[in-house]
Amino acid sequence: MYSTSDSRGEKLSTLKLTVVQYGILLMMLALAAGLWRLQVVGAENYRQLAEQNRIRKVPMMAGRGKLFDRENRLIVDNYPSVSCYLVREQSPNVDADLPLIARGLNLDLEQLRATLRHYRAAPGYQPIPIKADITADETAFIEAHRNELPELETIDEERRLYPRDGFAAHLIGYVGEVSEDDLNNSRFAYYEPGDVVGKAGVEETYDQLLRGQDGSRDVIVDSHGREVGYLGVQHAIPGQDLKLTIDNDLQRAAELALGSRSGAIVAMDPRNGEILAMVSRPSFDPNAFAVRINRADWNKLITDPDHPLMNKTIQAQLAPGSTFKILMSVAGLQEGIAQTMKINCSGGWGPYGFFHHCDEHHGAVDIHNAIPFSCDTFYYMLGDRLGIDKVAKYATEFGYGKKTGIDLPHEQPGLMPSAQWKLKNYHARWYPDETLDVAIGQGAVEATPLQLARIIGGIASGGHLVRPHVVFPGQLPEDFRRELQESFPGSGETNIPIDPENWVTITDGMYEVTQPAYFHTAGSAHLEGIDFGGKTGTAQLMSHEALGRTAKGRVTYPNVWFVGVTPRRNPELVVAVLWQNGEFSYYPARIGAKVVSAYVEKQRRLANNLQPIKAPPTAPVEVGAVWTLPGKASGSSGKSGQSARMQAGRLLVQNGEIVAGKTPDASAVPKKAVSKGRSVSLTQLGAIVPAGARKGQNP
Amino acid sequence: MRRFMSFREFDWALLGMVLILCTVSVLEIYSATLHTKYTGFHTKQLLWIAGGLVAMFLFSKIDYHRLLDWVPWAFGVSLVALVAVKLFGTKVLGARRWIKLGPMHFQPSEWVKLILILIVARYFANLGGRSLTWKEIFKAFLLVGLPMLLVLIQPDLGTALTYTPILIAGLFLGGINIRQALILIACATLFIAGAWTSGKVLKPYQKARLTSFINPDSDPKGTGYQLLQSKIAVGSGGVLGKGAEKGTQTQGDFLPIPHADFIFAAFSEEHGFVGAIFVLLLYFFILMRLIQNAQTAADLSGSLIIMGVVAVLTFQIAVNVGMVIGFMPVTGIPLPLMSYGGSSVLFTFLALGAAMNVRMRRFVN
Repeated sequence: MYSTSDSRGEKLSTLKLTVVQYGILLMMLALAAGLWRLQVVGAENYRQLAEQNRIRKVPMMAGRGKLFDRENRLIVDNYPSVSCYLVREQSPNVDADLPLIARGLNLDLEQLRATLRHYRAAPGYQPIPIKADITADETAFIEAHRNELPELETIDEERRLYPRDGFAAHLIGYVGEVSEDDLNNSRFAYYEPGDVVGKAGVEETYDQLLRGQDGSRDVIVDSHGREVGYLGVQHAIPGQDLKLTIDNDLQRAAELALGSRSGAIVAMDPRNGEILAMVSRPSFDPNAFAVRINRADWNKLITDPDHPLMNKTIQAQLAPGSTFKILMSVAGLQEGIAQTMKINCSGGWGPYGFFHHCDEHHGAVDIHNAIPFSCDTFYYMLGDRLGIDKVAKYATEFGYGKKTGIDLPHEQPGLMPSAQWKLKNYHARWYPDETLDVAIGQGAVEATPLQLARIIGGIASGGHLVRPHVVFPGQLPEDFRRELQESFPGSGETNIPIDPENWVTITDGMYEVTQPAYFHTAGSAHLEGIDFGGKTGTAQLMSHEALGRTAKGRVTYPNVWFVGVTPRRNPELVVAVLWQNGEFSYYPARIGAKVVSAYVEKQRRLANNLQPIKAPPTAPVEVGAVWTLPGKASGSSGKSGQSARMQAGRLLVQNGEIVAGKTPDASAVPKKAVSKGRSVSLTQLGAIVPAGARKGQNP
Repeated sequence: MRRFMSFREFDWALLGMVLILCTVSVLEIYSATLHTKYTGFHTKQLLWIAGGLVAMFLFSKIDYHRLLDWVPWAFGVSLVALVAVKLFGTKVLGARRWIKLGPMHFQPSEWVKLILILIVARYFANLGGRSLTWKEIFKAFLLVGLPMLLVLIQPDLGTALTYTPILIAGLFLGGINIRQALILIACATLFIAGAWTSGKVLKPYQKARLTSFINPDSDPKGTGYQLLQSKIAVGSGGVLGKGAEKGTQTQGDFLPIPHADFIFAAFSEEHGFVGAIFVLLLYFFILMRLIQNAQTAADLSGSLIIMGVVAVLTFQIAVNVGMVIGFMPVTGIPLPLMSYGGSSVLFTFLALGAAMNVRMRRFVN
């Protein structure tokens, strides 16, 4: 046995055990004090920490309102997209994770670092948008690295889907992430970093309605960020859909008519101010902005001398050239001066020592042919007799130098000079000689295409001027509409009665402009069977300084204008065309004619009136080349199975058949076929011939 | 000589308190593992407790004097086992602590605790409670230090640290005087400082663990994170707690291993300050009851055995609860009778069995 007799008598001293007991009591009290501190004193604080721990608000992005045209055809849609955010406080060492993140999300590491640096001052819990519109592969990467990269979060969003090829891009505008500068602006008080905001066009003006209200889902998550439960949801309120006044068909016609030329087209209903088409060239792809635009593309856009981002219909302030003569005519006739003027145009006029040229020697000119001739001499004299004060009074009254009040952002007012204006800005007296330049729409006069459309449309409507708009106001909430209404004081609808006799004189003059006749400036834009008038303009001086600068090193032609109306009195449509560096003013007139004919044809189709605009020509048409089939035509020499071949040269085709032809390569074309007038059906062969020359195309 | 021994002398009051704690433990394990992959661990814990009770009764049947006779052999076997673990043990999370014997995973370092309690009791009882010489103190250090070193290199810092209270209790109760104690404290301080700075004794992660409790934010995903989440769990429980199965920290997987090392945090979250104090009081009464038993023991060796048990339990409670409320570093020391785990449950019950053993034989002679 272990126990020895001497140890059996030993006992532990009671004192030592008491010491141990007190020691344990002390320890227990210390632990109890610690519990008291946490659970009683700090309870509220820790309860909040626990709440933050488990409940996470997962934002639910509101779908942005869609845009429709006036016939409820979809223009701008949304598509589902996933974005990646980084929450710094969810990871102990974000910097160390960055290379992996950059690799997995196909980001540039330096750019990613720069993004984070940018948000350096933001609190750690704030999600930093690092990549928008991530691919399925990238989503899979994030899911697979939930544990290693707890800082990454994905959010389902809806992104903007715009028409391709910049269709109506300037009118629609684009959206982008709200910038840091914007966030400091009170207008953006309700926005958070990463929020999408309208940055131009309808997207900007109507952002408040389109954006809707983001919702959120309160989910319970574990420490790995995995959802383990669900507490509640605050549904997102989608943005309001908007119906635009745009007519898709006319917009397309205008886009095609302007093609790739630098310039602008705006088509408006002068009866109510509804914009039917709005084109600005060069255009841009708003889809590039729907996700974040990369720096290189952005720099390209903003340094392009043709200003792709500028909506030229409301922002290009250029000398209106001869289109100003319509206003001059109104002023001259209303003042009773123009009716009495019978002048002789001998190529210009120079009463103050400096000779002002006219394009032609028009001979005898009065108000009736001054408009179709666009005779400068007549308007020099009219302007001289009116004086700058009268001209400026009428011009300002009709809206030169004032914004039109369209519901699009960043509209420019243009400029209407006057004696006071010169005194104020140049501290110099107005010289009567300067009035002569103003009278033909040059000098300091500047106008935007939309201003010209509104003014000339208004004059053709007998002095009824409207306020242009691109969104039907009826669908807007009352307070929003009122705010919009009051945002442009002094503009909007006005009536400036024009004497009916004068009105007829001016509108008839505009009609004559497009009639094919000698000296008529836009005879080649004539539309048979359509009551179509207008006024051309050529601004030889580029008074717009910015454009003057950018024209350096390039061949610079004049800016050419055309403002057309149909019908000539009380028009349903006014279209203003600007072609920068377009050389001849009948070019834009033809472009305008295309828009007008597209409009009229559509209206006739809608009215079930299928009367053709042009009768099919019966005269032979010359074409460059046609395809012929082998076979009987070339049977003598050709093998069987020979394929169709093209006949090149000058061929005369009538009703779809070749009636005569010359070809540079005699061997390529069976001579017999042509010389004997053997015919091949062009419609069968798919030859490219003018539509009117096709066989069997009867209305 | 056949000694009178009856289960009437068994400490039923102590056992009652222990069983209340075990009930609390099982219920909390059930709650904490409800929605996790550990679901059902409470039944396993019940089995361990049942096994522990049986082991306790069996252990108490064997006269502790006989146990003290055998303990040097057991001590030798323990040392061999610890070396074997180092050489052949199963590696889990970078540390070799487990040895596989048939279907059972066996963690010798846990049992070494019990053997150390007995052998230290035997050593100091042999010295008869008189003043200790430096040689005797040095021998005591060697006795505890050798297995401690072997556990430390596994590496298992937490368990190694639980050996120290056995030594301290032995020295204090065994007859060390104040002068010697002060010198030892000074030496220990120097040794710890030296070991800390040398970098050879403690691995960097061990150091990080030991310091992160001072500033949990320095390592928010590691042990600092665990401590922070634990404090949030305890603190957010408030006075009355969130209710069983309703602890968001526990149920939301924020609290690390809420059924084992951090069970007190889970319990405090769900049952609040009131529940936590109730558990602390139970521990307090258990410890007081044990000390009372030590006082009434028949001889010095019996007292020393019980006080060794008291020392280990007190240390574990202090360190575990201290860790949960942010006073102590994360060391992986389980809370006796609360934390899930077979080795821990069996050790605690065997230790209590040793105490019962002594109590049952208090009227001998």
